[in-house]
Amino acid sequence: MNEPIRDKESGLSNAERAPKLKLVSQSTYLKEAALKNLFLVCACVAVAGVALIFVFVGWRGWPVFSEIGVGKFLLGKEWLPTEQLFGILPLFVGSLVVTIGALALGTPLAVGTAVFLSEIASHRVRAIVRPAVELLAGVPSVIYGFFGLLVLRPIIAKLTGSLGFGPLTAWIVLAIMIVPTIATLTEDALRSLPPGIREASYAMGATTWQTISRVLLPAAKIGIVDAIILGMGRAIGETMAVLMVVGNAPVFFHGLGQPISTLTSQIVMDMPYAAGMHRTALFGMAIILFLVSMGLVGIVRFIQRLREEQ
Amino acid sequence: MTDTLSQSTSQAAPDVVAEEATVKIRVRDLDFYYDDFNALTGITCDIKAQAVTAFIGPSGCGKSTFLRCFNRMNDLIPGTRVVGTVLLDGQDIYGPDVDPVDLRRRVGMIFQQPNPFPMSIYDNVAYGPRLHGVKKKSDLDDIVKTSLKRANLWKEVKDILDRGGLTLSGGQQQRLCIARVLAVQPDVLLMDEPCSAIDPTSVQKIEDLMAELKSTVTIIIVTHNMQQAARVSDDTAFFLQEVMGEPAHLVEFGRTAEIFTSPKDKRTEDYITGRFG
Ligand SMILES: Nc1ncnc2c1ncn2[C@@H]1O[C@H](COP(=O)(O)OP(=O)(O)OP(=O)(O)O)[C@@H](O)[C@H]1O
Ligand SMILES: [Mg+2]
Repeated sequence: MNEPIRDKESGLSNAERAPKLKLVSQSTYLKEAALKNLFLVCACVAVAGVALIFVFVGWRGWPVFSEIGVGKFLLGKEWLPTEQLFGILPLFVGSLVVTIGALALGTPLAVGTAVFLSEIASHRVRAIVRPAVELLAGVPSVIYGFFGLLVLRPIIAKLTGSLGFGPLTAWIVLAIMIVPTIATLTEDALRSLPPGIREASYAMGATTWQTISRVLLPAAKIGIVDAIILGMGRAIGETMAVLMVVGNAPVFFHGLGQPISTLTSQIVMDMPYAAGMHRTALFGMAIILFLVSMGLVGIVRFIQRLREEQ
Repeated sequence: MTDTLSQSTSQAAPDVVAEEATVKIRVRDLDFYYDDFNALTGITCDIKAQAVTAFIGPSGCGKSTFLRCFNRMNDLIPGTRVVGTVLLDGQDIYGPDVDPVDLRRRVGMIFQQPNPFPMSIYDNVAYGPRLHGVKKKSDLDDIVKTSLKRANLWKEVKDILDRGGLTLSGGQQQRLCIARVLAVQPDVLLMDEPCSAIDPTSVQKIEDLMAELKSTVTIIIVTHNMQQAARVSDDTAFFLQEVMGEPAHLVEFGRTAEIFTSPKDKRTEDYITGRFG
């Protein structure tokens, strides 16, 4: 038998004499439960928002696939709504050309900025450059559009001997716009590297440049790819600034200074007046944009998993 | 550079030559400053070639600072300043035309926290040779193998050379870092508390390694472990900062056996017997 040890005078066991722990009060319990549910509601609203948009866009855009056909819609070479021709290939190519060009210009600029900020700049210089880069992210895109329209376009018009509306102007404007996204994420990736590896590299007799190019950038590679993909998402989705400088001619890319159009800018251009199948086709384009950005998010997810595994 | 060195030694008197041969690093009246803070003052000592020298002293007395003077790692910290001379094989390493990058190839360093690069074991060891222009795969293979063998790590990693260096255990990582340094064939190896972040078995391995390496490399080790200093070193230097905010200095420097059995200075004795620090 395991009789508890009892105090001689009171006859109480140790367990009985010890002060009792407080019980959770009813109000605490309710508050906790309410808060938990509040956060759940917030999360649900966000998810429901995305789902609703997707359902709405899908519902309005679906007929374009069933009535015009996937092939004719996606691979059709002509976008002539007045003649009931709804081929989005030139627009899709336009989006691609604009995005890839912007990335090609913007990535080196952004990675260079990030390397400068995290590895080279003194505290004082960083204190100036960093907020400036972050400020770039906060500038409304219509301002970038104005800048492109009023400053860049005339210069490019002179250089290319055209009107200056077209991919080149859009590339430069977009490249500047995606710098903050890519630069901040790349800087984070560089800063999260194990701290000792810089010293190790210098102690091996490496120069700053060798340390950056042979140790730091390769080590931060996954984070940088991640940054570029998020920048890509930003570039594909950007509408206003592109619309103002790209020329908005729904034709295939045929020159640096020749007007083209993109999926997003065409939607904005046509939406105010489009009706019937034309309107449906615009929703169809939205579905495509939706799928592309879902794909990008998927890739980013995948990369982040890789990074965690490392 | 080697030419001028051999010339200058051959011109010197015979007994000086004999002495020169055993002294690897000659420090004269060294003062060190972090901005306005005078961290070390009046340090004069001779570090013997092919021996292990231990730096001991309480935390914050400038052991690491002094160690980092030998490969000019302090140059990387803005606002630092060295006064006095440090001669490596008779050449002033703070001379006006000395390239710190070349100096660091000859004076390698091991840190307290193992710091392999996030790349394969092979690439870690090949890093230095590649920096200095070795390109041929077969040459690199040889260097990687020899260096890992010298660091007593070859047996454990010979089948996993393409695995990430960071997947190794802490002690293995530290030996990988040693292999990485050995790959550029340094004359001097600086070790700043190389054993304080790893397990006892690995400590044993690294101590054995130091005994093997010292026939070819001059080793300087900073350690807080008195037994370790007594076990591995030939000479010991005891540093002390007596007043907070005042510069630290070299209290006693001599044969390890003497420092630990019959220290000349009362403060050294107090420190070694654990009465302060
Ligand atoms: N980067 C720095 N800037 C300013 N002061 C520094 C810097 N690094 C070290 N110090 C100061 O220099 C002195 C010597 O530091 P050091 O790191 O060399 O000591 P240590 O003997 O290696 O100490 P520990 O045994 O704790 O490693 C200390 O007072 C420290 O505060
Ligand atoms: Mg230290």
